[in-house]
Amino acid sequence: MVTIETPRSPRSRKSANREKLAWLFMRASGVILIVLVFGHLYINLFTGEGIKAIDFAFVAGKWADPFWQVWDTAMLWLALIHGTNGMRTLVNDYSERERTRKILNTSLWTVCILLVILGTLVTTTFDPCPDTSVVDALPQFCNK
Amino acid sequence: MPTKPTGTLYRGKTGMWAWVLHRITGVAIFFFLLVHVLDTALVRLSPEAYNEVIATYKTPVIGFAELGLVAAVLYHGLNGVRVILIDFWSKGSKYQVAMFWIVIALAVTTLAIFAPRHIANVLSHMSEGGH
Ligand code: HEM
Repeated sequence: MVTIETPRSPRSRKSANREKLAWLFMRASGVILIVLVFGHLYINLFTGEGIKAIDFAFVAGKWADPFWQVWDTAMLWLALIHGTNGMRTLVNDYSERERTRKILNTSLWTVCILLVILGTLVTTTFDPCPDTSVVDALPQFCNK
Repeated sequence: MPTKPTGTLYRGKTGMWAWVLHRITGVAIFFFLLVHVLDTALVRLSPEAYNEVIATYKTPVIGFAELGLVAAVLYHGLNGVRVILIDFWSKGSKYQVAMFWIVIALAVTTLAIFAPRHIANVLSHMSEGGH
């Protein structure tokens, strides 16, 4: 017979409330991500020529509109935090040593933060008409 | 009390397999997302660098893999709604098996509409010589 600790006892009292917030966040972000991710796939892969049409000019065309900048930035944050928190659940479930668990979770959040920063810089500082470029890779509206 | 062990919501049977699939698809999407943020960041490096890397998404092999990715997102997203309904709707756990099959039906139907279009795009891109 294997005895298993009562699963409802939290690691510590203090983190019990945080776990509830994390649980709620997974559900709240999930509802918003349904709209953001399904909309993203519909616009980029289904309408027009789908994957065939995607290139620098396509992205530039989208991010010339603040609507898509906000959309994509929100999707970036929510998907990364939701995904990282989901991975944290798996690490907590499967890692056997406390040290391994800590190292894996710290790595997950480090990667998450770095990618959120990188991605946010990309969507907010994007320049559709960089003058270092060959002209025919640029969207048409750049032509001087 | 049942005399033999029977399934509970998350133990054995449909509910458990729904959860296993949710977990596997969640992990797969997570790792793709890490790559996808990086490849998109190339727009900030140069248009040429971005176009070159994004061209691999249009090759037949990766093009087909994208169908798997879209299927994973469809399942994970729709089943996520099922999980939320189980947690917050008073009848949720009563109808969880029916909701699982609704999730599968919606995912398969959406994929059936998406796949022919996507494959046509990938194949015509190839026959036009890529780029
Ligand atoms: C499209 C909309 C999405 C919805 C509605 C959704 C919904 C959910 C929900 C409700 C959970 C919690 C399950 C639980 O606590 O039992 C969850 C877990 C998870 N999600 Fe999502 N999700 C979505 C998108 C994503 C994306 C984009 C990623 C990856 C970046 C992702 C990765 C994960 C992972 C890794 C888990 C943990 C799985 C587990 O604990 O077994 N999800 N999702």
